[in-house]
Amino acid sequence: MTEFLAMGGYGGYVWGAYGVTFALLATEVFLLLKRKRETKT
Amino acid sequence: MTTQSIRWLWYASPQTFFPLAGRIARLAALLAGIFALAGLYVGLFVAPTDAQQGEVYRIIFIHVPAAWMSMFIYVVMAFWAALGLSMNTRLSFMMMRALAPTGALFTFIALWSGALWGRPTWGTYWVWGDTRLMTELILLFLYFGVMALQAAIDDRRRADRAGALLAIVGVVNIPIIYFSVQWWNTLHQGASVSFTRAPSMAAAMFTGMILMALAFWLYSIAVAMLRVRCEIVETQ
Repeated sequence: MTEFLAMGGYGGYVWGAYGVTFALLATEVFLLLKRKRETKT
Repeated sequence: MTTQSIRWLWYASPQTFFPLAGRIARLAALLAGIFALAGLYVGLFVAPTDAQQGEVYRIIFIHVPAAWMSMFIYVVMAFWAALGLSMNTRLSFMMMRALAPTGALFTFIALWSGALWGRPTWGTYWVWGDTRLMTELILLFLYFGVMALQAAIDDRRRADRAGALLAIVGVVNIPIIYFSVQWWNTLHQGASVSFTRAPSMAAAMFTGMILMALAFWLYSIAVAMLRVRCEIVETQ
């Protein structure tokens, strides 16, 4: 598991790319569902 | 006129498109989740370590699909812009507004993941003056420009037409991004995948990339459909 997370010493770069991507997509979905709730009521 | 084309015109009205958009969004979101899980599994666990770059190459499963989507969404947005300007259909401009933020998001992800890939492989996060990097940055500004124009003009019809015009003019940037690695000397590597020849990478790497591209594509459809529903409700 530690070895997997380390990504051969490139963990910061690899997870930096994956993490920010996931966070941004999750934020977009969150904001959109919030907007959806506000427009329907 | 055939019944087929009448059905398409039927869906050109925002009110009739609204329930269809909801069904498309649910189906696309479900499939996006499945493809993302499969793509992440293949990309992180099945695909072998790259002989030259080691594990850092796994950024490819984010970077290339995001870069593809950044260009593809722009072309689709420009298509709706052209349709809106020529046919004056309300739904076309709504589709434009629905696509722009997601396109900008994928452009940023392509730039961000590219920077994190560039640092360990090129020794730098960013190179000013590199054509591939510059044209992708211009793409981000084009998305921002279209959104800013639409937001800045109070009259909605004028705002939509101005945004559409910029979107159409900006489409010239897309082939320049795509062919920049062939036309100029750039630090960015050439395409590993093209329509005309077999991919120059391991099969599992290619599969992971295609699965992630499908996931991002379906995600974009789901989000754009949700957003166009908001646009339809808000403009009533």
